Amino acid sequence: MRSLRPEPQYATLEQQTETAQLGMWMFIATEVMFFGALVFTYFLYRTQYWEQFRLAAQDSKLLLGAINQAILLTSSLTMVMAINFGKEGRQRLLVLLLLATALLGLCFLGVKGYEYFEDYQSSTVPSLNYLLKPGHHPPTELFWVFYFIATGLHAVHLTIGLGLILVLVWLAQRGRFSSNYYSPLEVVGLYWSFVDTVWVFLFAAIYPLGRAAT
Amino acid sequence: MTTVTADLPASYLTKENSIASWLLTSDHKRIGLLFFASITFFFFIGGFAATLIRLHLLNPAGTLLQPDMYNRMFTMHGIVMVWFFLIPSIPTTLGNFLIPLMIGARDLAFPKINLASWYVFNISGLFVLFCLFVGGVDTGWTFYTPYSTLFANGYVIPATIAVFINGFSSIMTGLNFVITIHRLRAPGMTWMRLPLFVWAIYAVSLVMLLATPVLAMTLALVALERWMGVGIFDPQLGGDPLLFQHMFWFYSHPAVYIMILPAMGVVSELVSCFARRPVFGYEGMAYALMSIAVISFFVWAHHMFVAGISIYAGIVFSLLTFFVAVPSAIKVFNWTATLHKGSISFDAPMLYALGFVGLFTIGGLTGLMVATLSIDIHVHDTYFVIAHFHYIMVGGTVSAFFGGLHYWWPKITGRLYPEMWARVAAIVTFLGFNLTFFPQFILGYLGMPRRYYAYDPAWQVWNVLSSAGASILAVAYTLPLFYLGWSLFYGERAGANPWRATGLEWLTASPPPQHNFPLTPVVRAAPYQYNPADGSYIAQDGSINA
Repeated sequence: MRSLRPEPQYATLEQQTETAQLGMWMFIATEVMFFGALVFTYFLYRTQYWEQFRLAAQDSKLLLGAINQAILLTSSLTMVMAINFGKEGRQRLLVLLLLATALLGLCFLGVKGYEYFEDYQSSTVPSLNYLLKPGHHPPTELFWVFYFIATGLHAVHLTIGLGLILVLVWLAQRGRFSSNYYSPLEVVGLYWSFVDTVWVFLFAAIYPLGRAAT
Repeated sequence: MTTVTADLPASYLTKENSIASWLLTSDHKRIGLLFFASITFFFFIGGFAATLIRLHLLNPAGTLLQPDMYNRMFTMHGIVMVWFFLIPSIPTTLGNFLIPLMIGARDLAFPKINLASWYVFNISGLFVLFCLFVGGVDTGWTFYTPYSTLFANGYVIPATIAVFINGFSSIMTGLNFVITIHRLRAPGMTWMRLPLFVWAIYAVSLVMLLATPVLAMTLALVALERWMGVGIFDPQLGGDPLLFQHMFWFYSHPAVYIMILPAMGVVSELVSCFARRPVFGYEGMAYALMSIAVISFFVWAHHMFVAGISIYAGIVFSLLTFFVAVPSAIKVFNWTATLHKGSISFDAPMLYALGFVGLFTIGGLTGLMVATLSIDIHVHDTYFVIAHFHYIMVGGTVSAFFGGLHYWWPKITGRLYPEMWARVAAIVTFLGFNLTFFPQFILGYLGMPRRYYAYDPAWQVWNVLSSAGASILAVAYTLPLFYLGWSLFYGERAGANPWRATGLEWLTASPPPQHNFPLTPVVRAAPYQYNPADGSYIAQDGSINA
């Protein structure tokens, strides 16, 4: 097994681990500002054109969004369990649960892709295939613009997360993690949970809140 | 005292010397130098655009550039100078080099991310150069909608991609600094013992981390709207062009403080060292830096007083902007008070620092004028505003950058620069700067709008003065290239601490060894323990030097 020594700028491995986690928290703060700017504009326009947004949101696929919500929350559970098994040094379970997390992430992307396909079929994709329905005005299109930007950016983040988890699987199979060293598990776990949390907010803003009358 | 390091075999410069050892280095000091090369290149690109603008404006009819080319030149000047020089200037070079040294660390917390930041910066630089060579952009550096999304015929999308990618570099560097300052301080280096330069970099990094993502989202929306024709900021489709301005300035006003805060940190180091006096009101200085960083997030709409926001919003943002003047004034008064009864020597870094204090004061006070609703209505979008922010960014930040560069040059290279030439350059910079930009205050007050291709012949004399000043400034900025370059090979060897300064960075050899300190230093003293009476000082490791 590889000897466990901290990088030269750290005094102890523990200091290195905690620093890596703090770094991820700080990065998440920047991500909150990134998505926050978008969600802010969404709510601004929703306040301004709430009737048009309500009409538009009725065409969003609530069921598919809800299924995805369930999938991602489950994946957070498997991720946390993976980290715990990693801490306990139980390699097989660690790899298994990481793979389960990745699989759930893939399912999410699959459902999302199918949802995009349905959106296309119902002519709600701005600039590619968008039809203004009777009684709808241009701001309905704004709803869909935000829908695609927000869910698209979320999918990009999720894909990056998938990549990171596959790297973890690769490292875990080479026996890199033990009860002494599991920092990358924690860091990627934080990122994954953040991506899930973004979906919780997006789901609420787009599907149920979008439909609400006021 | 000095040191633990008298007979170290090799410095960070000589340890390994293959090209790969530089391009793949994880040493914060080498990465600082890599950034220095990149931003110097962009400084001269941006300067070239400025030269063309000033030459063009010698004549009221504007004969040098075609109108469209003129627009592209001032846009490129803005984009390059803001994102490719001023914002990275002090943090990525001096900050990278000095933060670990000043807090007694062996490197930044995430050295690989630090290196990645340089590569990302250069990739964004390639986009901006591509944009320049295929024909440029004519929107102004502010990318205002709906012009940028619906009408502009330049290369808006490559430019926004360049700035978007550039933001990743800002974030990576800022994140590294915040985490490093939190986690890697040497034993005894408490928050209230941090040199003010470290405080300044800490404050600026927080602003970078929280503001840059908003710019990224804003420019992504602009690019998407231009590319796909969706109506996020297009009033015909329900979008609000004013929202763009809100989002843009939510980043870009804090960005001004990203430029000035590190400069304030540098100046605090210089003034204290060359006046041989402790910084007056150290704690107040640290809190002032932090409060400027916080308040910077609540003033953005003062750029929009005449854009159609409500008068009540205008009053609130005007008042909030005045609040920034309080910590800024605290800093100016404290620098001045630091000089009081000091034993002042006018070496080149000090000349730059004193120039900074004066120019920053003028820039800051005129800032209050343009933050006043009634005045802003008259001078908005005139040369008055141009002069105001150049006093802050060029008179302030660039002066401090040059001052810091001279001050730490012996530490970075191990060589002393020729003092006489450096003093000449510092003085010529100050004179050239004032001759360039003071006439612009007058032009703006007389009503000359910014970004105009031609102007009323009555204003020619002030424009000629300004252009003459710009040519002097160009000489002053090129001069250091020669004598600093000369000193790299022929300069006198500097000892570990040529300025007899108190910071930890002066305890190690010049240039420092690969991991900075052979043994992690222990901090026993507050910074700036200079005694003006007999020139003695107490270094931060507690050693007393007569």
